[in-house]
Amino acid sequence: MLGDKIFKYATAFVAASSILILTFMVLELFRNSMPVLSLKFIFGVNWNPVVGMEEYGVLPYILGTLVTSAIAIAVGVPISLGIAIYLSEMAPDFVRKPLSYIIELLAAVPSVIYGLWGMFVFRFWVKDFIEEPLSKYLGFIPIFQGQPFGLDIFTAGLVLAVMIIPTVSSVSREVLTAVPNTLREAAYSIGATKWEVIKLGVLSYAKSGIFGATILGLGRAVGETMAVSMVIGNAIGEAAIPTSLFKAGQTMASLIANEFNEADPISLHAKALIGVGLILFLFALAVNLIAQIMIWRSIKTRGGMVE
Amino acid sequence: MRLNDMENYKVRKFKNKIAYLACLSCTLIATMPLFSILIEVIKNGFPALNIDFFIKPPGAVGEPGGGVANAIQGTLILIGLTSLIGIPVGVLSGIFLAEFGDNNFGRLVRLSNNILTQFPSIVIGIFVYLVVVVPLGSFSPIAGAISLSIIMIPIVARTTEEALKLVPNSIREASMALGVSRWRTIISIALVSAKDGVVTGILLSIARITGETAPLIMTILGSRWFFSGLNAPMDSLTLRIWRLALQPYEYAHQQGWGAALVLISLVLFFNVSARILTKSKYRRM
Repeated sequence: MLGDKIFKYATAFVAASSILILTFMVLELFRNSMPVLSLKFIFGVNWNPVVGMEEYGVLPYILGTLVTSAIAIAVGVPISLGIAIYLSEMAPDFVRKPLSYIIELLAAVPSVIYGLWGMFVFRFWVKDFIEEPLSKYLGFIPIFQGQPFGLDIFTAGLVLAVMIIPTVSSVSREVLTAVPNTLREAAYSIGATKWEVIKLGVLSYAKSGIFGATILGLGRAVGETMAVSMVIGNAIGEAAIPTSLFKAGQTMASLIANEFNEADPISLHAKALIGVGLILFLFALAVNLIAQIMIWRSIKTRGGMVE
Repeated sequence: MRLNDMENYKVRKFKNKIAYLACLSCTLIATMPLFSILIEVIKNGFPALNIDFFIKPPGAVGEPGGGVANAIQGTLILIGLTSLIGIPVGVLSGIFLAEFGDNNFGRLVRLSNNILTQFPSIVIGIFVYLVVVVPLGSFSPIAGAISLSIIMIPIVARTTEEALKLVPNSIREASMALGVSRWRTIISIALVSAKDGVVTGILLSIARITGETAPLIMTILGSRWFFSGLNAPMDSLTLRIWRLALQPYEYAHQQGWGAALVLISLVLFFNVSARILTKSKYRRM
């Protein structure tokens, strides 16, 4: 009996580690970035680590993170949804398994290899087949201005889109599979085509779960570091404000990756980078909490549903 | 009226077909990057492989020749050290969640595990830098392993929990009816029955940490030399690829592709082994 008690509390103690880690993380990040935290830090646009004229503003990188993530969501989520629908509702059995494994493998590819591929291969696809036509015919629109170069915000967003596809498609697929068959049968029985069944019966029921999957993808895109730092062009300060998709930018994560080793550990520069980490932490925490709640809620209603 | 119905029906059929084609092409488009990555890594990486590549550390920047032996060694050391911390902690957390976790505390643990699994790994890197690297005064494999185990623990905990929950209660009851205490039952009966699932989770988590780069920037730093102690900077394949790719030299890029080939083979090896293990489990069921 005593052994059982000890065992229970020992495992509980170990399990608490993840809560402790998250708590300590926010405290440590906050404590170490205190000297730079201010409104100017969040809304400033200049970034100058030269001692004596130091100035740190994170706004361009916050915007860079938001814009690249938005591209990733805009491109990645519809594709993921198509995959989820194809694999759960349409695919014949013999292609379902191999195809879903291939999509899952996209998640296994290390981020730095996405970066390598983005730098030396994908970049030229984007430049030649998407950016140049867009800038030629739609160059008068501000967001398509600038000389297409391939190492820019747009490429970073597209690489992120590829990277969130496995997450978003597998969660959406789970959500679609969980839709009760009675809904499909009801739609079929009034003569709906397969697509109408999916649209009316399945998607409208699975909406909140798919939204949760999207937010989860957003979480992945916001925190992604290596691949982005290798293809985004790494602009600094005012130049990093994403006024056009076809120019070099910077996200919070890529800024930390690029500059952390250059910063003197006791300098304000290091504290500013830790501050960027704190903002990224709060961002990721909020996004993940929302996603977890959405998915958890859609599972709960599913459990309580009378079938 | 009838004719209209017929028209309408054709339009609906047509829409159905379009939707099918759209979903199919989404799936095919999504597989393209994977194939392109595999082809490029093999095509560009293979020529870089030679004996020096596997036995020598890299030369000075700008100096062709050398290899990535120290990076391969570093990655293997990291996998070992991380497993040493991550597997016990992860499995014990999983046991707690499966056996005693049906309460608010358990739900809180599950929530923070889920958050940590999706968390930006670079923030984990900064955290470990602040609590391990700064107090110890140097970049070290230990710090690297701690940061990677923060990524590993939630994955192992979750798969262990799921595997344990699949073990039928009757097995636990049989053991306890023989007078075996609860904790012995969990360790030697339930955990052993759930072995395949637990090992699958461990392999998947190893595949994941093998490819991690961001937290290593501020924990092991990277180095041109072989492992030189638990309190000195060390290299890893991922960091090496990053550094090689950012150099302006053609030979460095080729070496980077070679390192990427080694890395992706390692990752796929762990991933596919996990896959095979899951399959054999289902076959037996």
